[in-house]
Parts: sequence; C-alpha cells; structure tokens
Amino acid sequence: MAVSQLIGARVQRREDPRLITGHGRFIEDRLPVGLLHMAVVRSPHPHARILRIDKGAAAAAPGVLAVLTAEDFHKQLQGVMPVTPSFVPEKKFVPDRFPIAGDESCFQGEPVAVVVATDRYLAADAAELVRVEYEPLPAVVDPEEALREGTHLAHVDGPDNIGWDMTFEGGDIEAAFARAEVRVTERILQQRLAPTPMEPRGVLADYSPYDDRLTIWLSSQNPHFIRLFISGAMGLPESRVRVVSEDVGGGFGSKISPYPEDYLVPAASRILGRPVRWIETRTESVLTTYHGRGQVFTAEAAAMRDGTLLGLRLTQVLDLGAYHGTFGAFQACACLMAGGVYRWQAIQARTIGVLTNKVPTDPYRGAGRPEGTHLCERMVDRVAQEIGMDPADLRRKNFAREFPFVNNFGLTYDSGNYDGSLDRALELVEYSSWRRRQEEARKQGRLIGIGLSTWVEICGFGPSQPTAAATGGISLVEAAQIRFLPSGSVAAYVGTHAQGQGHDTTFSQIVADTLGMPLEMVELRHGDTAEGPSFGYGTYGSRSLAVGGMALHKAAVVVRDKARNLAAHLLEASPDDLVFEQGTFAVKGDPTAHKTIQEVALAAYGPNLPTGMEHGLEAVSYFDPPNFVWPFGAHICVVEVDRDTGAVALQRYVAVDDCGNVINPMIVEGQLHGGIAQGIAQALFEEIAYDQESGLMQTGTLLDYLVPTINEIPDLTLDRTVTPSPTNELGVKGIGEAGTIASSAAVINAICDALSPLGIHHVDMPASPGRIWKLIQEAQS
Amino acid sequence: MIPAAFGYSRATSVADAVAQLGSAGPDSKLIAGGQSLLPMMRLRLAQPEHLIDVNGLRELDYITPKDGRLLVGAMTRHATLVRSEVVRRHLPLLSEIASEVGDPQVRSRGTIGGVMAHADAAGDYPTLALMMDATIVTDRRRIPARDFFQHLFTTSLAPDELVCEVDFPVATGAHRYLKFRRRLFDWAIVGVGVQMSDDGWRVGITHAGPTAVRAHAVESALRSGANPKEAAEHATDGLHPTSDVHASSEYRLHLAEVLTRRALEQAA
Ligand SMILES: Cc1cc2nc3c(=O)[nH]c(=O)nc-3n(C[C@H](O)[C@H](O)[C@H](O)COP(=O)(O)OP(=O)(O)OC[C@H]3O[C@@H](n4cnc5c(N)ncnc54)[C@H](O)[C@@H]3O)c2cc1C
Repeated sequence: MAVSQLIGARVQRREDPRLITGHGRFIEDRLPVGLLHMAVVRSPHPHARILRIDKGAAAAAPGVLAVLTAEDFHKQLQGVMPVTPSFVPEKKFVPDRFPIAGDESCFQGEPVAVVVATDRYLAADAAELVRVEYEPLPAVVDPEEALREGTHLAHVDGPDNIGWDMTFEGGDIEAAFARAEVRVTERILQQRLAPTPMEPRGVLADYSPYDDRLTIWLSSQNPHFIRLFISGAMGLPESRVRVVSEDVGGGFGSKISPYPEDYLVPAASRILGRPVRWIETRTESVLTTYHGRGQVFTAEAAAMRDGTLLGLRLTQVLDLGAYHGTFGAFQACACLMAGGVYRWQAIQARTIGVLTNKVPTDPYRGAGRPEGTHLCERMVDRVAQEIGMDPADLRRKNFAREFPFVNNFGLTYDSGNYDGSLDRALELVEYSSWRRRQEEARKQGRLIGIGLSTWVEICGFGPSQPTAAATGGISLVEAAQIRFLPSGSVAAYVGTHAQGQGHDTTFSQIVADTLGMPLEMVELRHGDTAEGPSFGYGTYGSRSLAVGGMALHKAAVVVRDKARNLAAHLLEASPDDLVFEQGTFAVKGDPTAHKTIQEVALAAYGPNLPTGMEHGLEAVSYFDPPNFVWPFGAHICVVEVDRDTGAVALQRYVAVDDCGNVINPMIVEGQLHGGIAQGIAQALFEEIAYDQESGLMQTGTLLDYLVPTINEIPDLTLDRTVTPSPTNELGVKGIGEAGTIASSAAVINAICDALSPLGIHHVDMPASPGRIWKLIQEAQS
Repeated sequence: MIPAAFGYSRATSVADAVAQLGSAGPDSKLIAGGQSLLPMMRLRLAQPEHLIDVNGLRELDYITPKDGRLLVGAMTRHATLVRSEVVRRHLPLLSEIASEVGDPQVRSRGTIGGVMAHADAAGDYPTLALMMDATIVTDRRRIPARDFFQHLFTTSLAPDELVCEVDFPVATGAHRYLKFRRRLFDWAIVGVGVQMSDDGWRVGITHAGPTAVRAHAVESALRSGANPKEAAEHATDGLHPTSDVHASSEYRLHLAEVLTRRALEQAA
C-alpha cells in the first residue's frame, strides 16, 4: 500500500461531532470564577464632539463596578491602534485611533464609555444610564462626496479626507489605448458588506496582578498578532501575555485585525483585578465589526475589434470609514489583480482611500480579489458585447498560457491551465444548449442570461520578502512543531488557526501521512500562543495550507529523518538501507528487522541513542514560500430575470476550480459551497446602507441586512482540474476564498446578459428586484 | 440584543389574563409566541415592565368548523394551522398562508392571535381576515376585521383586552396567496390574496400601506367581467405604500398590480 493514503481522501471532519452536538468551545462558553461583564456605550452619531460624560447614574446602578472612559484607559494603554502598509506603503492621512473616543467620535457605534458589572444584563441596563453630551458635527457619508474639495471633514482636524492616493503603473497605458479600436467604460459599485460570522466577536481577559500576567480568550483568526499588539499597548512583555482562541464560529476576515474591545477588556481587567468579558451582540456586530468592500470603481478598457485586449485603466475609490483598518490597504490588491487571467499590454490602476464617518473597512473574504475579479470580468464581458463576440471566445483569445506568467505589475502566477477549467465548465453547463434556449426564450420575451467568470487569485501569504514590507516588519511565513510523545502519539502545533475550515482534519491528514501514523494518533493544536512555536501568522488570505500545512509537513519530515537515524541505530543498519512504509522502518531485504515509528519514539526517550544524538523526538520548522500561490477556475451561472418584477432566479451554477493538489476533496467542496454562497450573497442580497442625510445605518438587523439561507442558494455543480503549484512540495494552493472571488461576477454577468436585449449594460450589486425593475423601467421609457 | 428588566407571570385563564393586565398597569403586555414581541424587546424598542404569559391557555388552542364558519382559537400556532386537515378542508387559503409565515421556528411558536394583536403592516393573516370579513372575538366583544386594524401596530383592542378567537367564513373556492419576498423566511414586501367566494372574488393586499387593504376596486372590476389583467390595474387604487430599504413606494405599487394579476391567473 502506498504511504500516501490520507492525503486526497474524503476524511470526515474530526471537529464536527463536537461542534454539531453543542460541545464547541466558544468565548461565551468560558465562565471563570469572579467573571465581570462589560457593556459598551457607543456613539449614536456619525460624527460628534463629546462635551461631557456623566457617569453618576450608571456608576450607582445595581451591580456596577466601574464606568470607564478614554481618560481611564489612557492610563492603561499606550500608543494607537496599528495600521499596516499592506499594498499602500505611503499614506497621506492616517488619523490616530485610540480604542475609545475622547473628544470626538467619528462613526456611529464608536465606543465612548464602558460599564463593567456583575452580570451582563445589569451592565447593559447601566450602559443606558451613562449620560453623554454630544455636539453633533457634520458628517461625510459618501466616499465620492468625501473627495470633493470643501466638503465636510471626517475628522475635524484632518487636512482633508484622503487616506491615500496612489497609482500602480503596469506598462505604457497611453500606447495601449492609442491602438484601441474599441473602448468601453463602466462605473462599478462594490457595496459595503457586514461579515456576520455566526459567532460574533468576544473577548475575555484575566489579568493576574500577583505575577503581572495577562490571559486573553478571543474569537480570533490571528492570536499571535493580537498578542503582539495588545502586549505592546499594555506595556507588558509579549511573553507574559497569552492569547487563546479555541473554536471560532466564523471570521471571514473580520477577526484578523485588532478591535477596540480587544484592548478595552484587558485594560478593564487590569483596573479591576478580575476577569472581564465582553460578548458582541448581533446589533453591535452589524454596526461595528469591520465591514468589507465599500468601493466604487470607474474603469475603461481598450481592445481591438478581433477581441484582443489592450489596456485597462481604473480608479478604485475605497471607503475606509472613519479610520484605516489595520489591514485596510490590503484591499488595494484589487488594482494589482484587475487584469485577471488575461494578457494585457498595459494596466494603470489608481487607488484612493477615503475617510468617511462610518465603521472602518478591512479584509473580508477575498479582500480586493473579488473586487478585482468582478471588475475585470465585467469589463471583459463589456468588450465582448461591444464587438459582438461570444464571451467564452473572447476569454480564450486572451488567456495567459505560458507559466510562470508575469502580470503587468510584476506578480508571477505560478501555474495555470485556464482553458482546461473553462472548457470543462462549458461542457458541464451545456453552454451551447443554453445559448439556444436563451435564443428561444428571447423570442417569447423571456430574459435568460448566461454569465462567465474565469478567475485567478493571489494567495498563500508569504513569501517573507514582500510580506515583511506589507506588515511593517514581520514576514509572513509559518511555523509548526511536531512532538512525538514517549508512548507514540503525536502533538502537532501550527501558527495558523481555523474558523470552520477543518484544519484539525486536513492538517492531521498531512502529518499522519508524513509520519505513517493513523489519524487518531495525531492531535492538532492551534490558536493558543502558549503552545507550539514562538510565533504564528494566523489564517487569512487562503494561506493556511500552502504555508502552514507545508510548515507542518517540513517539521514532520525532520522528525521522520531523526526517527530514521535512530531506527537505523536500533536495527544496526545504515539509514540508507531502511525503507519507511506505513509507519514502519524496515531493513531492505530483511523482513524480520523492523521498528515502528512509535517504537522508535519510545526509544528516543530511553538510554540507547547513537553518539551525538539528543533525546526526544520533536522539531520546529518554518516555511517561507518562494512565491504566492495562484488558484484559478471558471464559474458559469445561468439566470432568468422576471421581466415584471425584476426578480432573479438562479437556474444553474457550475464551478470548475483548480487549487492544485487536494488534501481532502470534501473540505474543498465545503469551502466552495460557502464561498460561492457568499459571492451570491453579495451579488443579489447583502448591502450595508447608510442614510445619506443622517449618516445613520439603515440595515442594522438581519431582517434588513439580507444574509441568504440555504433556500436562496441553488444546487451547485462542482468539478475540478488539478494543476499542482510548483512552489511547495505538496503542490497545493488555497481554496478558502475562491468561491467568493469568482461568483459575484458570474451572477452579475448572467444578469447583464439576460438584460442585454433591453439595452442594459450593467447592474450594480446587490441586484435586487427593485433595482432591476427600475433599470428595466428606465430602459423602456 | 439584551432586553431591559421585566416582571413575569403566567395567566391561568382568560379572565385571569384580563385581570392581570388590568392590575399590572399600562406597561404590562401579554406574551404569546413571542416571535414579534421578543425581537422588539431585544432591540429595546419595547420595554414592557411586566409580561403575562398566555401560553398555558390551552382553551384558546382550537380549530373548530361550525355552521359555515371556521373558528380558530387565538393561541393556535402557525404550525398547527399548516398541519390541520380541518383548515385545509374549510379554508385552504389559511393553510397556504400559514405555511409561508416566517421559518419553522417562527411557525412552531407564533400564534394567530399574536399576529392579529400585533398588527404588523406585513402580517399575512390580517389580509385574509379583512378580505373574508372575518371577526376578531375578544374576551368581551366581537370586532369585525375592518374595524379592528386601525393603523400600523394599532388595533381597536382596549389595553386590557385579549384576543380569543378569529372567526372566518368557510371558503373552499379557487384561491391563491402570493407573497413577494427576497428570502424564503422573510416578511412580504408585498403580498396579495385572492379567494373565490359565494359573492365573487375577494382580494386583499398585504404591506402596501400601514395596514392590510381589501382591494374593492379589483373585486368590482372582476364582478363586471374584467379579466385578471384588467382587474389588476385597479389594485393600486387607494394604496399609499411607504419606501424603505426593501422597496420603494413605486415598486410596491407595481408589485401590488403584478401580484394581483398573477394570483388571479394562478388561483385554483
Ligand atoms: C423571522 C420572522 C419572520 C416572520 N415572518 C412573518 C410573516 O411572514 N408573516 C407574518 O404574518 N408574521 C411573521 N412573523 C411574525 C410571527 O408570525 C409572529 O408569530 C406574530 O407576529 C406574533 O405572534 P406571537 O404569538 O409570536 O405574538 P407575540 O410576539 O407574543 O406578541 C405580539 C404582540 O401581540 C400581543 N398579543 C399576543 N397574543 C395576544 C392575544 N391573544 N390578545 C391580545 N394581544 C396579544 C402581545 O402582547 C404583543 O404585543 C415573523 C417573525 C419572525 C421572527
């Protein structure tokens, strides 16, 4: 039997029995003795001066131990919340952000005071008694309006509202446009989205005054970075702070960056000398958990009449909200990926980050890549429509085909086979048959549309060089540790963390195969900074497998090599004469001479070691990938639009994706299901809306912010091609964000295709029935 | 999402519920299925000082056909209506409507009495009650549906009055309820019900104004021989829908017309 038996198998998720029987360990499940509860008083205004805070009535309310404001927290916390360079090294205006507002609050929901009480209900009641006197200030809500000279300022002492303004030049854009026979322009909206994880945020901090140690339980994708930030702000050595994140009920990017409460809860615990907990309510989650997207693009594409793409010029106006998100500038990667899977002579992309009086935006599943894909795929369809070419043909004509492929901005796509995934998707969806049905339907006045999205993604962050610049010093690599315990089970530690992706299963498959162990003998640990290697780099940007999985694999190989040497010593053979199969070292040609790796592990803790070998069987490895990884694929969506109501019915959805070698097909399919659903959610349903006059959020509950359910998501037909990545030994890429990156464009392209007989070229998201009905009305009048 | 403090007691009978409402004062409220009241309390939009729980009043949980009427006790849950063979036989439109209220959790807790008393603009049963000339029976009187629903969240109930029953006429002719919504469990953006009865079509419209509306103009057009399309053109007569994040007022008017036509065409 081959050694590789678990990698590639549909192993059932090990975490599920625990999670689906209600035995998950979330922040709210933890109840230390003496626990206090924090409630946050938030500004109800988009922009206001804080004149006075009267704590009196709240402080006197039953069960209240403290009412704390900026003044109190300044004694506990130093510095401001971090902002990384990400893709925009030079920023123009970065307003300082302290975790709690002092004299000025700049968005609805910004913390102004906190109440700590003996019970959550009493804390919430007392929070209503804190009297804050505000002087409302003019607010700026719309990012394009915020750019206008002389408009209101998001921060009273700001020079203007421009957080950054930078242009990426990818080739001679003037020359590309000079050759153009066709030009199309479009304005494309990326509405704000609320990440809405099933488990809202939560922080529990326990500061122990006697030994000056701090433990924080946090629902986080990124425990080690949070430890770095919070220990710095609290003035504690990093080694004295422990961040623990057990089960995380979804993150989608919203649990990467630090939040105000991540600082306020530990500080409150230090002030009171007792454990303090804050659990986000759903209302707070929609209002204050960093939003995603929030961008307006204007784009112009240039092409030849034969379908050859020439140039793409675009501007991204990115609504930063009231402060820069810690990784907010990551979203500028929409610019760098705007060329998609195609060969362009030149691309010029300008990104402008704009401050407004709204909650900050930050990475949300795909972060910049869905926006770049959406823009590219929409523009390519616009060109196809303009010259009357089938969108599949136009794509084929321009696909990158030689790998490694260097895109206009110098990024190197590791491997790809864009024809392969497109051809398979066209076949699965029965493309030509749908085109015929579309033709027939049109004769009856019915609106059927077919939308394509051929996508590529940059993910798997590392490598160390470019990512060090992006984080401001710390290279994104990954660390793992493998420990063989004397009795032969394995503890594996990794610096990534899971929020539903199933790492406990897939990563254990890798370790088990590498060590020839049964899955049950491998214990995967992550999310606790007190365990494993000194640093971990978290889970986001579809990096965990390609970087963290590789680090685990490397560490397991080191352990296996040491075990081989020890086995050779025990068997009195040369290491080269040993074969390792199914967890057993055997001497070539002597079937009686063998040792299982478990026997070797026990020996590693015993007296009989070769000269020079240290005791134990464990290793720490870091993996620094030589490049990013570049998954890709083709999604095709078929819709019918109800001409009378504007309602969109999803008829068919086919996705053929390629994430290189697959560790566990079931997990890959699960990631795609969720990811595609999230892209459909953006295309058709979800939108955070603010009233343009008052600046107040209009979609504060889940009755108004429309997260779709399984009823709204069609059956998905999935298939894959396999083009291994040459950048890592496992040949793997990422798949966590792929579905979201690809799907909004497929859906919107299908809708636009359906509406094209009416002369409608573009529909913004969410393509709600009301919006489509209005477009049809306008087109017909 | 954390309600303010409140007191709680159980009612042991209809009379006890009324008495408790009277003695606990104006800031007390009945709680039935809690599917409208609790969400509002969690948002602190409602902060009753005292809740009187009527879930123990088994005597208000019944579905009884009687002399050409269908009597439905106030504490009958949506799920019970969906499952009821009696409802399917005597007023199948009620089955159809009940099966599309909210999601399974909402249906297994929410009650018909609660929907009536709450008088949400998007509630579905008020439309049926109005178009069928149903009667709301309380602990002290009988109120015709047309006098019961007064405005958004406002009925003619006295502060200490309890809805005990909804009294519908039996109707087994062609019928349809079309509910336009974004997600399967959402409230209607607009809904339209049609029912063929002894005196012709009855037509009602949900959520195209602060209360449900009976579309008299459509009904009379149909009586004068209009086809569904022609009749539906009258659907917007007298409607004053508002705009919100889900739909503009113009779009709601348009939907009222489209859904009226389709409901009439699809009625079976
Ligand atoms: C997600 C969701 C979706 C929903 N979708 C729909 C929908 O599509 N269509 C629809 O019609 N409804 C919908 N509902 C509401 C649901 O039908 C509720 O059940 C209903 O509105 C209220 O009934 P209840 O028994 O839950 O009343 P409660 O919430 O307990 O009470 C509501 C109000 O009525 C009063 N009340 C209750 N019973 C009586 C009584 N017997 N006499 C006097 N006053 C009384 C209470 O004091 C309170 O003021 C939805 C609810 C949710 C949460």
